[in-house]
Amino acid sequence: MKQIDSATLNQWYVIQSCTDLTQTRPRHTRLLGSDILAERLDDGGLSVWLLSATGEQMRQLPVRECYDYVWTTMGAPEGEVFSMPEFYEEGRRMVVCGIATVQTSPGRIIENFLDMSHFPFVHIDVLGAEPETEVNNYKVNLRKDVNELWATECGFYQPKAMASATEGIEVDYQYRVANPFAAILYKTCPGRDDAMDLVGILPQPLDETNCDIHYFMLVFDDVNSDQELIQFQQGILMQDRIILENQRPRELPLERGAEITIRADAASIQYRRWIKDMGIGFGTL
Amino acid sequence: MIKLYDYILSGSCYKVRLMLNILNVEYEAVPVDFYPGLEHKKPDFLALNPLGQLPVLTDDELILRDAQSILLYLVSKYDAANTWFPEDAATRGQVAMWTAFGGDEIMAASAARLHDVLNYPFDIDQQRKSAHAAFLILDDHIAEQEIKGFDWLAGTSPTIADIACFPYVSLSEDGGISREEYPAIERWLRRVMDVPGFIDMPGVLQHWRS
Repeated sequence: MKQIDSATLNQWYVIQSCTDLTQTRPRHTRLLGSDILAERLDDGGLSVWLLSATGEQMRQLPVRECYDYVWTTMGAPEGEVFSMPEFYEEGRRMVVCGIATVQTSPGRIIENFLDMSHFPFVHIDVLGAEPETEVNNYKVNLRKDVNELWATECGFYQPKAMASATEGIEVDYQYRVANPFAAILYKTCPGRDDAMDLVGILPQPLDETNCDIHYFMLVFDDVNSDQELIQFQQGILMQDRIILENQRPRELPLERGAEITIRADAASIQYRRWIKDMGIGFGTL
Repeated sequence: MIKLYDYILSGSCYKVRLMLNILNVEYEAVPVDFYPGLEHKKPDFLALNPLGQLPVLTDDELILRDAQSILLYLVSKYDAANTWFPEDAATRGQVAMWTAFGGDEIMAASAARLHDVLNYPFDIDQQRKSAHAAFLILDDHIAEQEIKGFDWLAGTSPTIADIACFPYVSLSEDGGISREEYPAIERWLRRVMDVPGFIDMPGVLQHWRS
């Protein structure tokens, strides 16, 4: 396998939810092509080990518990896990939706998440419906102070925007790519003009073309149970999974002109440019 | 009032949703956190179904498990014309046989999907091999039916056998099982999608409908 670039190594990655990592349920998984083992210790703390090909514990990796998730890294990140102040807002519910295993690169997953144009064709009668297929002229902005990519003013008509939606609404969307492989969607909260609901996807790259996607919702919702919210989001992800697994190449092409882009792909174009400038080679071509 | 203990990504629950919608029967869906909550293995649910499996359907005092049994109950109660489980003895035997096939041999495709999507510790090669063996039998059978002038797994019209087999066949690619080599199955899937009252689930590609 090719050498992993330092930009990829120096990111924090989610490897499990805090509640699912118990003393009786360690997680033996992979990160960036290496075997790792995450364990809950007697004192409630955590240890994450990098394993050799034959299963010996090689070295301990840094670990954080943040936003109900366990994070680790193979390198030495400059900062901590990105900030998500909404997690601490009173009244919001953090709903961890589980893990979906998808055979594709983390870049493809983030890019698909940023793409609104597929809604009417993939999430039929949920996140979109023909003939309302137009993607309006949204803005893409690289915030250099925090090194995050944002797409704003993304309005889209959606028949059933969230689990709590009972009728179609024009939804206001903002996308935040908080690090190369972590993205959060902010969308109109049905029935609350002053707040937005969050949907986050945190791909754990098992190797260059296989990921475990951890995903969550962080919402104001007094109507739906956790079960209802989870099923809504899992259904959407399963529809995306088919599209993702059928994309070729599985790696994300970063060379200009490798794929034909249109105006609606502005977020994707900027995303590819941003991670290329950062030196991300993992899972890309 | 009918209650369906339901999980959106379960093909077995989808069999029941599909049948209820085709028969135009009102019901209340009770979402069960199958994953990641494993709610179907907890005491409240085990009281309904000691096997710890979805779906479960309740109708007042009656509690039913097993998708195939639930299909049989629903058509017995709501299909006044008796087309979904025809009375003719030979046809009925064939319908029962292919309905059982949907709950048994075809379930290898479900296991492959659980492995690929939710990381279930199944022997994936073995499950895919078993699924392909079942698909080959199904494909041959459908082709024979077509040669005789019939579009469905048994009899002359859609039955619970078609509903029992449809979900995990149409979801097979989620589990890495390609259907390229089964042209008769592909034709049959499209016919099922055109049945009045058909609904899809995530993973069933609606735009394939003719």
